[in-house]
Amino acid sequence: METFKIIMMATLALVMIISAVMAVVSKKMPLAILASGAISLLASVFFLVLASPDVAMTEAAIGAGLTTFLFFIILRKTEQNSHENEK
Amino acid sequence: MKMRNSIAIALVLIFGIFLFRIFEYHHTSTSLNNSATYYNTNAPAEVGTANVVTAIVVTYRGLDTLGEVTVLFLTALIIGYILKQKNREKSVVNYTSEILITAVNILIPASIILGVYVFINGHLTPGGGFQGGAIIATGIVLLILSNPSKLMNMKVLHFIESISGFTYILIGLAGLLFAGGFLDNRILPLGNIGNLLSAGAIPIIYSLIGLKVGTEISSILASINETKENTIKP
Repeated sequence: METFKIIMMATLALVMIISAVMAVVSKKMPLAILASGAISLLASVFFLVLASPDVAMTEAAIGAGLTTFLFFIILRKTEQNSHENEK
Repeated sequence: MKMRNSIAIALVLIFGIFLFRIFEYHHTSTSLNNSATYYNTNAPAEVGTANVVTAIVVTYRGLDTLGEVTVLFLTALIIGYILKQKNREKSVVNYTSEILITAVNILIPASIILGVYVFINGHLTPGGGFQGGAIIATGIVLLILSNPSKLMNMKVLHFIESISGFTYILIGLAGLLFAGGFLDNRILPLGNIGNLLSAGAIPIIYSLIGLKVGTEISSILASINETKENTIKP
């Protein structure tokens, strides 16, 4: 059971690092936003496994939910702005 | 560009060494320290919550929570001031997908009910005012995403926010008068541990915090959504 847990957490950590790199490197904005949301989601899983469900809940609600949606709203606003400048 | 990259890599390396040193000297403690032991043994009897974290956040460290709420309030205030619109106009974009609109109509009531559940049960289960408020605000964000041209009724949002913040302070002062100190929850009977109506004033305080946080974040998001693009200059 303990080995399974360690393997699972190592995989999650690896995915977290990959998505962090993707959020920085990616040229496509929606992909970068989703990657940064995935970091928060995986971090909340980590908090849950480390026996702090309160922090996990905050991370999932604010990091994975609110921030991602906020970035999408702002992405739409800025894209709209850049289209107007092109005209 | 080359220079900047090497500086960034050097910074990351220094930070990595720093973290590794912390990791090296870190050792997992097998027993709780003094304050943790105190909270664990005395919180159920003194405060009456099933969730010890809530007892610490709302009662033992209630002043810190008041500070957090104040910081969030100041943020909402400043964003509302900077993005103030004289003539609120409907946003130009109006295209959203049918799937998003239909899904959001189902999800908004669910997320608001979940948020209310989380902050009302803050003293029994994990979660509390901040989490519940954030979940409610997520529902409002979905509403904004699906229907960007909708104008929020800012007056109602600000009214709920001010009333709940004011009542929170009043409850704190009532603790000073009728119980042990500022934000003491024993102004109401503690009741049985595990009941919904237990732990004194904690359910009321957490509901107020939840409403305050939810309306604050919603008003921030609504004012960001209603900003005309050319009003923000870099």
